[in-house]
Amino acid sequence: MPGAETAVATAAILQRDALDGLIKALRTKGYRVVGPRVADDAVVYDDLDGADDLPTGWGDEQKGGHYRLRKRADKAVFGYTTAPQGWKRFLYPPKQKLFAARRTASGFAIEPPPPPEPPLAIIGARACELAAMRVQKRVFGDKDYPDPGYQKRLADAFVVAVECSEAGDTCFCASMGTGPAVDSGYDIKMVELVDKSRHVFVAEAGSAKGAKLLKELKGDTAKDADKGAAAARVAKAAKAMGRVMETATAKRLKDFPEHARWDQVAARCLTCGNCTMVCPTCFCTTVEDVTDLKGDNAERWRKWDSCFTVDFSYIHGGSVRTEAAARYRQWITHKLSTWHDQFGSFGCVGCGRCITWCPVGIDITEEVAAIHQAEKPAAKGRK
Amino acid sequence: MTSMPKDPMLPVPFRIERVQRELSDTFTMEMVPKDGGAFSFKAGQFNMLYVFGVGEVPISISGDPADRSKVVHTTRAVGAVTKALDALKAGDEIGVRGPFGTDWPVEAAYGQDLVFVAGGVGLAPLRPAIYQAMANRERFGRVVVLYGARTPEDILFKKELERWRGRFDMDVAVTVDRATGKWSGNVGVVTKLVARGGFDPLHTTAFVCGPEVMMRYVAAELEKKGVARSSVWVSMERNMKCGCGLCGHCQWGPHFVCKDGPVFRFDRIADMFSIREL
Amino acid sequence: MVQTENLGRVIDEHPFFQGIDAKLRELLIGCAKNERFEVGEFLFRNGGRAEKFFLVRAGTVAVEVDVPGKPPIIIETVGEGEVLGWSWIVPPHISSFDARAMTLTRALSFDAKCLLRKMTADPLLGYEVLKRFVPMMAHRLQASRMQMLDLYGPGAEEKPAKKVKVEVVKAVKASKGKNRKADALLAAPEKPLKATKKADKLKKAEKAKAPKKLKKAG
Repeated sequence: MPGAETAVATAAILQRDALDGLIKALRTKGYRVVGPRVADDAVVYDDLDGADDLPTGWGDEQKGGHYRLRKRADKAVFGYTTAPQGWKRFLYPPKQKLFAARRTASGFAIEPPPPPEPPLAIIGARACELAAMRVQKRVFGDKDYPDPGYQKRLADAFVVAVECSEAGDTCFCASMGTGPAVDSGYDIKMVELVDKSRHVFVAEAGSAKGAKLLKELKGDTAKDADKGAAAARVAKAAKAMGRVMETATAKRLKDFPEHARWDQVAARCLTCGNCTMVCPTCFCTTVEDVTDLKGDNAERWRKWDSCFTVDFSYIHGGSVRTEAAARYRQWITHKLSTWHDQFGSFGCVGCGRCITWCPVGIDITEEVAAIHQAEKPAAKGRK
Repeated sequence: MTSMPKDPMLPVPFRIERVQRELSDTFTMEMVPKDGGAFSFKAGQFNMLYVFGVGEVPISISGDPADRSKVVHTTRAVGAVTKALDALKAGDEIGVRGPFGTDWPVEAAYGQDLVFVAGGVGLAPLRPAIYQAMANRERFGRVVVLYGARTPEDILFKKELERWRGRFDMDVAVTVDRATGKWSGNVGVVTKLVARGGFDPLHTTAFVCGPEVMMRYVAAELEKKGVARSSVWVSMERNMKCGCGLCGHCQWGPHFVCKDGPVFRFDRIADMFSIREL
Repeated sequence: MVQTENLGRVIDEHPFFQGIDAKLRELLIGCAKNERFEVGEFLFRNGGRAEKFFLVRAGTVAVEVDVPGKPPIIIETVGEGEVLGWSWIVPPHISSFDARAMTLTRALSFDAKCLLRKMTADPLLGYEVLKRFVPMMAHRLQASRMQMLDLYGPGAEEKPAKKVKVEVVKAVKASKGKNRKADALLAAPEKPLKATKKADKLKKAEKAKAPKKLKKAG
């Protein structure tokens, strides 16, 4: 993933067929290419062999607690909004071996770490997803204790971003200021233009290696009209967001720890933790120690964890957050409010996954709106 | 200091040199780096101790920060890992990650009266700061140690407390919640010792460590005596899996207890103390 | 009897009546007396008439309850700068604990009858005295509540981590058959308690073997 390199390349027009060339070129360069494909009635991010794997002609329908694939009228390749799980699965895998240890005569020895995995090529990252990568880069980038694994995987990744031409019903990146336009964090960014006459991508490089690859793909130079058409699509998507976040109140959530709303939302919340699993910025993990039957070989694994479990806050004697209200409050307050204290930004990028994948359709924007409503100076709502 | 491996999640092997039983469920272990290096830390910091195949647990360092030849931990066996720790003996090996976290600001308290208030095993994380203060004794006004334990049998570092009590330049008072046997000392909560004073509230820095509820009451009592909230420091405890801000478990409001704490200035967290289940 | 001047100075030195109006202080002096208690001597006894209260000037006093067949249970200790006894204001003016000098104790005592009479005659004095007693009593109540919290968790004694497990199993085995009785449910919680007691005995036996640790640190 490129840093602050300036985009120098002029925009190019790539034909639909060029996608296969792009994927194969990246594979040839030694990347593990991952991108969207249809599996299990959803668009999921997984390994791609070629452009045939892409979800051509598929779209999705997302609402609170609702996700369905639907056939599109056109042959758009990136005509869905977002996949249920973001790129976190690849950049910070759900299960990571921290180390293995072997019993020795005197005690135990830590085994050397496994050889590095091949770098990732990410195809089809959305603006909100790039924002999530930036957020996690800070989370795992503590000056004293960075996570070397995350930093390396992200730094080595080749990112092909695709700006959204449409917005979903649970999307609110526009109000979070994280999309739908892509402005940094990509090697190549594209906008898909599909109509009766053509199916092309207006592509721009965001890094030297992006520019080099784009050149290899031999596209035509994009005309101003093409660029204009692309920008118009993205601008249209920005206006079509299904949700809006009340950001000023969201930042202040930590000021309302005793708000009556927490009990109301807790009455619905199943504390299943789905929202934390699909959230592209949630970073909490636990560790698990395993040994073989003889007890001579041990491994320590890091696994995604969720602040919605009771065990999460366990200190000897009991858990700190036993009530669902306390756990929901922790999650949303952290995501929207205390994240600023910790990392200087929102921990929410407006992708809407937590709304779509909440089994009871709890809506992060609606919860903030409710508190916003109650806390308006004129409102009678209690604190 | 042992060079920290690049990956903060990788433990460094240490060898246990000595195990000393303190109470029936509490013990002190001294360990040295297996590679023979030194270990340096600041008073109040903690390590993540790894028992082979069992797991890891955050434990405060209870030794002298001036002694870099070894690292000392005093642990109470209450959970699976601490019980496994309890089963280890001299010669066994253990994994250490750390030191992590903030420290008791001993040097910033130069020129002041220094009051240590400890409850239960909370004396262990304070002991390094007491050592450091006594090594620089001339820098302070009075040095006061107030300690509350459950019963006389639960008094940690008894011999050391007695030795400190015998010093002319240190005021030590111990109280128990429940007297047993031939105990002829104070009975009552540790806040009562604070109420008795023996320090200049306007020029006092207080380090408080014990159960959260105890620290809340002690801080309130210190405030009643006239010690500013900004001169009171407490050491917090939360679930920790990494010790360095990566796992998210120890979050307390905006803070990661592992890296923003465990030692906090009281005025910065006082409001959070009263929020339930935060 | 000590001279009144000296008594006045003693009142001034003790934090309890500090800053009291000079006229009221004179009234206090009239009911005050300097006292000295040797180790083991009682300042007052449970069930006795509460005729005095004390400003402790030096030494430590144990407020305790006598338990037949066991050493007395010390509720709290009261030391230098503190006040001892409030039953004198609270009807029926009977002391509910024993107060025993643990060390040589010097205290200023106040005669309850004398003081109550003056307090009734001069409500200003009455208010002054109560104004100082009520917060002190509130603090004591608060401290007692904190003691009840058992802040430091189960102590070493009650939780001999390893051995108790075996004992619990034994206790359960021993209770087989008895559980068929309907009232066994009521008795059930007692089982682990018994186990703990056994474990306690084990613990004590162990302790007897261990080198003697210091008994006095406070």
